[in-house]
Amino acid sequence: MENKDFRAPLSQKAHTVEKPAEPNQIGGTVSVEINEKKISVPLGTTILEACRQNQIHIPTLCYHDDLCIAGVCRICVVEVEGMRTLQASCAFPITAPIKIKTSTSLVRKARRDIIDLMLSEHYGECYSCVKNGNCELQNLAKEYGVDSYKFGHVKEPLFEIDESSYSVVRDMTKCIMCKRCVRTCIDLQEVGVLEAVGRGHETHISTFMDKPLGEVICINCGQCINRCPTGALHAQDPSDVVWSAIDDPNKHVVIQTAPSPRAAIGEEFGLEAGHSLTQELNTALKRIGFDAVFDTNFTADLTIIEEGTELILRLYKALAENDKSVALPQFTSCSPGWVKYLEHFFPEYINNLSSAKSPQQMFGALIKTFYAEKSGINPEDIVSVAVMPCSAKKFECNRPEMQDSGYKDVDFGLTTRELAKMIREAGIYLPEMPKTHFDSPFGDASGAGLIFGATGGVMEAAIRTIIEFVTGDKTEDVFENANVIPVRGFDGIKYLEIPITEVGEVPDLIKHLIPDWNWLKGVTIKAAVVHGTANAKKVMEDIIAGGKFSGCHFIEFMACPGGCLGGGGQPIPTNEEIRKKRAQAIYAEDESLEIRKSHENPNIVRIYKEYLKDGPCGHKSHKLLHTQYIKRGKYIA
Amino acid sequence: MTITKTKRTGSVIFSEYKSGESIKKALSLKRDDILFEMRTSKLKGRGGAGFPTATKWMLAAASISKEKFVICNADEGEPGTFKDRVLLLEYPELVMDGMVVAGYTIGAEKGIIYLRGEYEYMIQSLEDYLENMRRENLLGNNILQTGFNFDVSIRMGSGAYVCGEETALIESLEGQRGEARNKPPYPVNTGFLGRPTIVNNVETLCAVSHIVVKGGEWFKTYGTDKSTGSKLFSISGDCKYPGVYELPWGTSINELLDKVGASHTKAVQVGGASGICLSKNEFDRKLSFEDVPTGGSIMIFNETRDMIKILKNYMEFFVEESCGQCTPCRIGNKKLLEGVKMIEEGTITYSYLKSLRELGHTMQVASKCGLGQSSPNSFISITEKFKDEIFRYGNGGNNGK
Ligand SMILES: Cc1cc2nc3c(=O)[nH]c(=O)nc-3n(C[C@H](O)[C@H](O)[C@H](O)COP(=O)(O)O)c2cc1C
Ligand code: SF4
Repeated sequence: MENKDFRAPLSQKAHTVEKPAEPNQIGGTVSVEINEKKISVPLGTTILEACRQNQIHIPTLCYHDDLCIAGVCRICVVEVEGMRTLQASCAFPITAPIKIKTSTSLVRKARRDIIDLMLSEHYGECYSCVKNGNCELQNLAKEYGVDSYKFGHVKEPLFEIDESSYSVVRDMTKCIMCKRCVRTCIDLQEVGVLEAVGRGHETHISTFMDKPLGEVICINCGQCINRCPTGALHAQDPSDVVWSAIDDPNKHVVIQTAPSPRAAIGEEFGLEAGHSLTQELNTALKRIGFDAVFDTNFTADLTIIEEGTELILRLYKALAENDKSVALPQFTSCSPGWVKYLEHFFPEYINNLSSAKSPQQMFGALIKTFYAEKSGINPEDIVSVAVMPCSAKKFECNRPEMQDSGYKDVDFGLTTRELAKMIREAGIYLPEMPKTHFDSPFGDASGAGLIFGATGGVMEAAIRTIIEFVTGDKTEDVFENANVIPVRGFDGIKYLEIPITEVGEVPDLIKHLIPDWNWLKGVTIKAAVVHGTANAKKVMEDIIAGGKFSGCHFIEFMACPGGCLGGGGQPIPTNEEIRKKRAQAIYAEDESLEIRKSHENPNIVRIYKEYLKDGPCGHKSHKLLHTQYIKRGKYIA
Repeated sequence: MTITKTKRTGSVIFSEYKSGESIKKALSLKRDDILFEMRTSKLKGRGGAGFPTATKWMLAAASISKEKFVICNADEGEPGTFKDRVLLLEYPELVMDGMVVAGYTIGAEKGIIYLRGEYEYMIQSLEDYLENMRRENLLGNNILQTGFNFDVSIRMGSGAYVCGEETALIESLEGQRGEARNKPPYPVNTGFLGRPTIVNNVETLCAVSHIVVKGGEWFKTYGTDKSTGSKLFSISGDCKYPGVYELPWGTSINELLDKVGASHTKAVQVGGASGICLSKNEFDRKLSFEDVPTGGSIMIFNETRDMIKILKNYMEFFVEESCGQCTPCRIGNKKLLEGVKMIEEGTITYSYLKSLRELGHTMQVASKCGLGQSSPNSFISITEKFKDEIFRYGNGGNNGK
């Protein structure tokens, strides 16, 4: 059965539209008539695609650009001449010259009935829903002029809201069974937490044994949230508590902002994807009442130094001291979704994870120690907020081990969406804010930290620093303009080799850790970049099988498609085009900066001088900036 | 369990047949010759949809693939059908030989019988029968020294009605939830494990065995122009002699009622819960693809029966048996059932009943598979034809609105 037991169960993959097998027809085109207009499309194009290419609007619900075809909501039905029943346009590949009608009275009535049926079991009212204004069901009801509940409306909720997870809230009373979350979880992410259970009318989306989400192997990536058309899935929203902290004069409320929310938050204010509003956001956050605004990129830079040093130490042990027990390849640990994925699915590999905390958590630990000392504020009075593109960050800041400052290092994780809501609530139109800089003592960070937001960014940032550390040459001599193009782009798995032909002096920062670089001379550094846990699974299986990736030294893993910029806390909708635009915004911002390498960030240099005096991976940094992981496994009692 | 073979009589299916006969004949013919006979016979699928068997086989034969499958649909889930049970128990030679012929014709080496969960008790006898065929070299490698390999395995269903729908059946065989797939692509191109697959009803395969031996022309001498051959009917309900009957296509309801000793009949449900309900003034209608098509389930109701209760029973069945994936069927059936309950309570309005009937039409055209497309049939026909019973529950007020 073609390796089936090895993979996550498939949901609708087998239903995916296949291109026809006749070899003489492949690559050909076929002419069809849509609403009496003749057009020609490549063979195998679906009716929906053909219509979209010709500016004919077909409503959809279960269809999503990122997912395999389900054909279950039936809202996209159209008439195909000669066929007894209406056809779901998303699932119908055109392989013959057919005649299609997209809005006959039969079609309109069917769609309207389907909307009415969905509404009859959709509990609650729009004005008390997180998705009010951005709900695909609501839009459809509007489009079709629904003004009453033709088939009734549920009066009592049929399900309890599941708030057991730190990250994802499931309110199945708003579920319309489009199964986008199922296809996201099973096919896109290959985690497999959500599936349809039950029979007939009682069919609903649930977890293994109907357990609460907080007690299953959910990795909190929130990709399901990004694809839910209604308010059935949303993130745990702490903004009320954050507001009260802001309102409390005794609290010193600080916020760190990650690069991906800055590149995407404009979408929440009606801008096209691809506009970074970094400095506008700084101003808005101050106006809202945050006492200080910091750039997560600062600790991204710090991550590069810590994680890079850790890698060098592992390589030194393995290559110079021939220590076979060293866990290689080293895996990145900035993506909390990926970390939890590994802990559940490949727990025997947790030693490969870099012990360096994610930038969010490093910052949390520094704010309540270094910053508190420096600014003379009692860490007890500091409320530390992080705005992240991510739902898993909410879980991460609640991990019990994340209290190295003596307090909860980061108090609250906000998603891009939640922060946008707070800004709107404050009456601020973000795109029109004046620009201001980040606050000291951390200041503005480097472009290397910034590109962490895109898949390949951590690798690129690491390469920019490691090349200079090891060879003493400039990255620009190796990669034009220091742009490490091979690790960019949205290929699911990228692989890269960097031969080290010459070595230079060991820089002062890590001189106390290794004597020289001679042991690296002639070595080819092998690295890979992986995004989306389905791709991570492929790479992990390859490593287990002793394949190409087991020979890597360093692998960047991100749980979400596209990396953080496609995170579960980002504006909705999402698709590859939007994610690409966000990536462009991030890379453009990087190029506009003067400092684009982590080790050149003067504030990084300073913090090792003033605070983390025993250097990267030293005693203090280990206490504050490093952590350990849990072998969770797949079977949870 | 031991099987006592009662002597049944019938012109086609129950006519004389020696086991292995069709395999021997088929293997001496070219594939095209068999397809030709099949096309001449005009045999249509007996599982309910009535798709021309020759066309299905030709498409599968024309698909290029290193592996193909023949699936015998023995899920027999339609309420009121039990003819496949008789065939499997009493005429396994017709079924199995038909599968081998099908395999030879389309170029498949593997056959699977998808057996209704409740028929578990048959497994032993069927396995024994298959083992016997293997001993006689009618199954297995190099069948009758012709170089043709074909074997049959049995897989159990688990009681979901929708798994009789061919693509849901295939999903179930692949270990997934029994949910209908999008079509196209059809199983003849992309079926079990993505390979070309034909799914045929038990009775269809039995007819094949006879056609191969006796010829398509012979088959066509029975039945009507568009409904050739005969049909097995599973007859139940208010009559003296319920059971499985082989009758030529074109038999009228009246003739059938006479034959089974039914009297004071008020309604006949043709085609099971998903079929349509005929009232007295329609009993001259003929069972055939031209007039009243059916997979063979006939339920007879006499004047003491309450049609609303019957309808409620059907609708409860569909609310439970929908696979639950598509909106019209998952929620639509529930709304129709609620409508029936409103009728019982005497609270339905004429205009709401009309909305529900229109909803039924939407379900017929917009549901993803045959289940949702046919489940409103009984609602639409019963509420149309037995209006007086709706009024009897006090609906509609005095003005008969
Ligand atoms: C809900 C549903 C249930 C079905 N159940 C059966 C069944 O139990 N047995 C069967 O042979 N066909 C059943 N069918 C029809 C099959 O989908 C398919 O058409 C048939 O097996 C094809 O075989 P035939 O061409 O020999 O009739 C069912 C169809 C639907 C929509
Ligand atoms: S019509 Fe019913 S049984 Fe068929 S796919 Fe839709 S929900 Fe499932």
